[in-house]
Amino acid sequence: MHNSVFKYSGLFPFVSYQYLQGEGVFIVLNKHLLFVLTFLKLHIGFQYTLLSCVSGVDILNSKYRFAVVYDLLSLTYNSRIRVKVFVNEMTAVPSLISIYINSDWWEREVWDMYGILFLGHPDLRRILTDYGFEGHPMRKDFPLSGYVEVRYDETKKRIVLEPVELTQEYRLFSFETPWSN
Amino acid sequence: MILKKRELVKELKNFTINFGPQHPAAHGVLRLILELDGEVVQRADPHIGLLHRGTEKLIEYKSYIQALPYFDRLDYVSMMAQEHTYSMAVEKLCNICIPIRAQYIRTIFLEITRLLNHLLAVGCHSMDVGAMTPFLWGFEEREKLMEFYERVSGARLHAAYIRPGGVSSDLPLGLLDDIRSFLYSFEEELDNIEALLSNNIIWQERLVDIGIVTAKEAVDWGFSGVMLRGSGIPWDLRKSQPYEVYQNLNFDVPVGSTGDCYDRYLVRMAEMRQSVNIILQCLDAIPFGIVKAYNNKFVSPSRFDMKNSMEAVIHHFKYHTESIVVPAGETYTATEAPKGEFGIYLISNNTDKPYRCKIKAPGFGHLQGLNQMSKGHMIADVVTIIGTQDIVFGEIDR
Repeated sequence: MHNSVFKYSGLFPFVSYQYLQGEGVFIVLNKHLLFVLTFLKLHIGFQYTLLSCVSGVDILNSKYRFAVVYDLLSLTYNSRIRVKVFVNEMTAVPSLISIYINSDWWEREVWDMYGILFLGHPDLRRILTDYGFEGHPMRKDFPLSGYVEVRYDETKKRIVLEPVELTQEYRLFSFETPWSN
Repeated sequence: MILKKRELVKELKNFTINFGPQHPAAHGVLRLILELDGEVVQRADPHIGLLHRGTEKLIEYKSYIQALPYFDRLDYVSMMAQEHTYSMAVEKLCNICIPIRAQYIRTIFLEITRLLNHLLAVGCHSMDVGAMTPFLWGFEEREKLMEFYERVSGARLHAAYIRPGGVSSDLPLGLLDDIRSFLYSFEEELDNIEALLSNNIIWQERLVDIGIVTAKEAVDWGFSGVMLRGSGIPWDLRKSQPYEVYQNLNFDVPVGSTGDCYDRYLVRMAEMRQSVNIILQCLDAIPFGIVKAYNNKFVSPSRFDMKNSMEAVIHHFKYHTESIVVPAGETYTATEAPKGEFGIYLISNNTDKPYRCKIKAPGFGHLQGLNQMSKGHMIADVVTIIGTQDIVFGEIDR
């Protein structure tokens, strides 16, 4: 598969190709994403027909804050490939729903967790968090303990949301060694 | 009196009901919004996330060693399969090879895990559909299998036995013999369960031609594991991208033909027989030797070494406080978990904590196909389809 990547690499636009730990990674521009994925799915030399996973990554302190990573699998050639796009809070990623129908929930999850918008997604609701949840919990600037906590109020006879109160400050232990091994 | 035609035709409106989250057939906390036309499902909208614990977020705040037990708690009926995927991902990033005995132990326990999972899948599925006995028989066998878990790790469910660099400790004496004698009687139990179900007219009427997934649909929906093989695609990561010792073993990949619920049931039963076969081969071939990689920066030293060497004590202390430092890199490692392709997308940044650990749960992909699979079926068939998808909410909601 690694060879055929070079054989066909002139046919579709990408920024760079990396080969790490035996896994190929294409980094593509946001505007080329739909074309590249259509190409990878339909071209006879690739046939990445199965979308395994879509993940978001928050890369703080970089020009593009988020990466959206698509893991594709080709059953014909028994090969995996990864496609990455970089976006920031303001730009939206085109939704893959016209190419891979199962990107539906994966994109909803990335939207829920990172707040990355998907252009053209028919039903971009939150998926994993609670109804009425605010914020995007997997962002690196979202605190681990969150902002609100849930409790059943005996007097109001319903569940209430309150600001989180920790009896002890959250402590993050880091025992990274100052010496190199 | 003349009635207008418009008044004679009754206005029909679809009926919307809430299925779950507190429903015994919802396999946990699935909330389904079903739109019904009479008893026929028009649309099923699963609402998930009721068991969301933020595992991925928690893992980013834990060291590589501390993150491991979270994987037991994802899909809580196939525990070791997930530890194993995570361990493999960490080993891949660190370029660590594990000893051959550890690979055999892992394979044995991966297949025991597959038995555990499929027994629950078939058992619970049959109980959803109305048969009680296979469930009870299956759980009796599961109990014995969990005893094997207990004997190697001390825990019946959340074992944390397979760790980066090997397994946490060597097998106790006599365990392999007990597994062997269990397997001989287990085949008979499988026959018993099959005798109750396979030719049972109620079971067949409830399962045959229900929830048909064609091969093309299965690929389009990104299905994996039994959901893919039930539709006739012979795709098994143990064969196609082998890991541990699977390339040395002889086993078949059972596939279905029509892709209905009955086919997937048959595939699960056949897979259990293949697992028995695999474990027996491993029991014959397992060599003696060490069970952890020979790298003190990466695995905890043995108790024996710690009593005899100061260096081992230091390594032990450093391992449990500083954990392991994984060089910067990223990997998507996938294995054939009992439910399908379980993948870990792990990004490391040269520290002791993962920068990002995305968990690709097979059930997440399967559940989003529920709408497609249940469209046009009766409401009772939704229960069958949930059962056949082998849904466990620990992994879907993460």
